[in-house]
Amino acid sequence: MTAFLNHFAFEFRTGIRNRQLLFLNYMFPLLFYLMMGFIMIDINPLFLETVVPSMVVFAIMAALLMGIPAYVVTAREAGIFRSYYINGVPSGSILAVPSLTACIHLLIVSAIITGTAGPLFDAPYPVHWPNFLLVALAMLVAMIGISVLIGVISPSTNFQVMLSQIIFIPSMLVGGVMLPYDFLPTGAQMLARIFPPTHAMNAFNGLAMGKGADFSAWGSVAILFAGGILAFWLAIYLFNWDRQNQTRRGHPALAAIALLPWLASLLLA
Amino acid sequence: MGQPVIEVREFIKRYGDHVAVDRISFNVHRGEIYGLLGPNGAGKTSTLESLEGLRRPDGGELRVAGVDPSRDIRRLRNLIGVQLQTSGLPDNITVEEAMRFFCAYHGVRPNEGLINRLGLREKRKTQYTDLSTGQKRRLALALALAHGPEVLFLDEPTAGLDVGTRVELHAIMQEQKARGATILLATHDMAEAEQIADRIGILLDGRLVTTGTPLEITATGAGLTKVSVRTEKDSLAREDVAFPAVQRMHRKDEYHIFFSTDIGPTVAAIIQDVNSRGDRLIDLRVERPSLEDRFLEITSGENTR
Repeated sequence: MTAFLNHFAFEFRTGIRNRQLLFLNYMFPLLFYLMMGFIMIDINPLFLETVVPSMVVFAIMAALLMGIPAYVVTAREAGIFRSYYINGVPSGSILAVPSLTACIHLLIVSAIITGTAGPLFDAPYPVHWPNFLLVALAMLVAMIGISVLIGVISPSTNFQVMLSQIIFIPSMLVGGVMLPYDFLPTGAQMLARIFPPTHAMNAFNGLAMGKGADFSAWGSVAILFAGGILAFWLAIYLFNWDRQNQTRRGHPALAAIALLPWLASLLLA
Repeated sequence: MGQPVIEVREFIKRYGDHVAVDRISFNVHRGEIYGLLGPNGAGKTSTLESLEGLRRPDGGELRVAGVDPSRDIRRLRNLIGVQLQTSGLPDNITVEEAMRFFCAYHGVRPNEGLINRLGLREKRKTQYTDLSTGQKRRLALALALAHGPEVLFLDEPTAGLDVGTRVELHAIMQEQKARGATILLATHDMAEAEQIADRIGILLDGRLVTTGTPLEITATGAGLTKVSVRTEKDSLAREDVAFPAVQRMHRKDEYHIFFSTDIGPTVAAIIQDVNSRGDRLIDLRVERPSLEDRFLEITSGENTR
């Protein structure tokens, strides 16, 4: 436990010391939030209703998808995981500690967004705070699992960027962050359901913001947790401390199993 | 000689079709420093990494302090200390944090004394990325030693270091040997190996071509003694120069270098030749073959045992 706490304390401080992580965790989501608040609300007044959940979802998704996979790939290529392996750092800790510290940073960012959107833009506050926190946690779990899995299965930084963008760009377009789910045509709605932000926005609207959900809000929470936990478990299973390691437990293609909960969400009514 | 702590038997390591290590066998005994030498790609790092549990052997048997590294990595971790060739530390970790971090996972208290002993006291709060090459190497060694391992694996520990730091690291290796630690050292540095290793093994194309003490290895070569001569008028710079017992010769800067099988007649003939041509000796050196000479002899295929 002491070792884990020590590891956690060091990684948390790194998140503040490292300029790139500081930018990804704090500056980028907060600057985007301010830009969207000052510009998007004028263009589309309906955005005011969802500025808090959509910017929280954006902050979590952007920081984790851009930060965690890159961290995993570069640390592996730099031999850091080899050194951890030799010194007995468990693969679960190698992946969980940076994820947990990113979680703390993103909860702080989410609190800043939630606390300032009212005074700055007259945005409505959540009507059910415990549910708001629960959905934010579910989104964190989902995105941590996916981000860590991308890092673990990517053989290079280029590949990792490509996989991250395959999730990030459609999520921004159809995930309910920029456009409400019910504005989308039926085909796009089906596609949207395989991306975590759709479920986070659906659950925020139905359980925390006092608006109606487009489909089962509790079902979305369950999918977010299930999808995140499954992806994280797969990441630990497929973890590779070195590209040349021949004792890997499974082929990276097994990561496709992580899609199952999201595909199952098509059945949610 | 003590009991073997590192045992390598018929060890094979392949990467696809390429055989990196081909049935090598050697033992390292308790309290011994064993130097593994060889050109790039000879199989040194593959051997070390397999003994450290990082790679799985494709044949043969490995034992480190009685543990099979490919089967019992958990037990092995507290028995060995490893200084990797690459840094293996995050850029933003400080010296103090790195010591606390690794000691915590080994279940021991941070060894602040080692930080001080290795001259890193003033750098305790400095991030890894801001340390010099020498300081990084010293930190890597401090981390490898912090939990008092029985066996140390050092991969090019002094590469790129200044003379003072090398001497300091050599002294620390000798201290570890004195407390009973067994050290397997992979290096390109012949002088280092000759100076601190009790025994040496030379790897070439994945095969262990020779092993023994530095003296044994240098003595098993072609037996040529090197005679280096410099004269005032450079009278030895001519086509027809020939002396008894000289096998080969070449010129390096202002010196003529002769390799002789019988030093007495060679030196006498050189002096006589120089004097007879009205020239004068400025410098004449007789040197036994160094480990480097023997290594070059082996790697160029002139003589292997």
